[in-house]
Amino acid sequence: MNAKKELQVSAIENGTVIDHIPAEYLFQVINILGLDNCNNSVTFGNNLESKLLGKKAIIKIADKFFEDDEINKISLIAPHAKLNIIRNYQVVEKKIVESPDKVIGIAKCMNPKCITNVEAVTTRFKVIEKTPITLKCHYCEKITDHKHIEII
Amino acid sequence: MDNKSLVSIDDYTKEEILEVLARAAEFEKNPNCNLLEGKVVASLFFEPSTRTRLSFETAISRMGGKIVGFTDSSSSSVTKGETLKDTTKMVSNYCDLVVMRHPIEGSARYASEVSDVPVINAGDGANQHPTQTMLDLYSIFKTQGTLENLNIFMVGDLKYGRTVHSLLMAMSHFNPTFHFIAPKELEIPLAYKIFMNKNNIKYHEHTEFNDIINDADILYMTRVQRERFADPLEYEKVKNVYILKNDMLENTRDNLRILHPLPRVNEIAVDVDENPKAYYFQQALNGVYARQAIIAKALDL
Repeated sequence: MNAKKELQVSAIENGTVIDHIPAEYLFQVINILGLDNCNNSVTFGNNLESKLLGKKAIIKIADKFFEDDEINKISLIAPHAKLNIIRNYQVVEKKIVESPDKVIGIAKCMNPKCITNVEAVTTRFKVIEKTPITLKCHYCEKITDHKHIEII
Repeated sequence: MDNKSLVSIDDYTKEEILEVLARAAEFEKNPNCNLLEGKVVASLFFEPSTRTRLSFETAISRMGGKIVGFTDSSSSSVTKGETLKDTTKMVSNYCDLVVMRHPIEGSARYASEVSDVPVINAGDGANQHPTQTMLDLYSIFKTQGTLENLNIFMVGDLKYGRTVHSLLMAMSHFNPTFHFIAPKELEIPLAYKIFMNKNNIKYHEHTEFNDIINDADILYMTRVQRERFADPLEYEKVKNVYILKNDMLENTRDNLRILHPLPRVNEIAVDVDENPKAYYFQQALNGVYARQAIIAKALDL
């Protein structure tokens, strides 16, 4: 957060700022994190200027601190997202969301004929491309691309 | 998970592929042996596949093994709602090796993880059929004397044809040049193009089936199936384009061999059968030797 510039989304006292979300995935990130059913105050901005992404989105969630596996889920669609942990209006910690090499039990295989969609099998994927994130199913070996990633 | 299983052709390294091919050649010289004496092999065919099943059962019988199992899921407890996990766990208690054919993709990998004995995948839906690939490789090796630096032409349904995909992956160890001849609707999937680009494998795509095959060492024919087309009109347009006729072979290389995973419908004209370059029937017989070698490797025999 750049204090010299006017903030495009108001500051929060405590909580988490998720920055550098690709603009087109803002609402998917909101869905994945369950922010549509969250009682905390959530503010967001979309289509903001970004040197890195062109257009980006930013979400600020007051009084919410995410667990690592929750962050993992975001990385599938927003691999460059950065988390700023805010306490008393100050950034006390920055986290970079990095794509994992393997995705286990988080995403659904898009192949309806895959065993993971037929029997109770934990899904397992290899990340074969990091940008845009592309998953290869360990079982049916089919590709699930970033547009079709569905979070379980 | 048992690492002796063969689920996907990627489970074999280049060295293992060559080792199995050399073993297959030994089995071709002496097909009858007693390596499997005292062993029980479960042959679980959750969907019928007469050709593959008979080939496996011949391989097992020639090695002196006993076979238990079923030939389609209507005669198994699947009809009572048993999961694949439970069926596999139960059967793997009884036997030394599982040979499995299943319509669901990824079922063989999953079975290999829950089974206590090695699993050989005899086809999991549209995914993998590695023993077919090994017999294709054995056929190429036998007819060309090498697997290295060959011009491989693949014709027909390159989108859904799993034999095409697995052969492509396996041949990638041996510096091939691929030519893909298919209608736009059935072109080779993006995932394989990404794979070939990453591994610097040369490939060319064509929609016309003509004298470009004159450069081929191997012509791998597949069936263009009506049910793959959403629009029946599109099928009518292409159904007769990808048919191999004897006169097309006139200026092809002497070492060219024509392969087809079979069954054939009309994509190879009957007059090709008499051409010495036609190899698809011998190819099927090679399957028995390739499977003997795969079984021996899975059981460390």
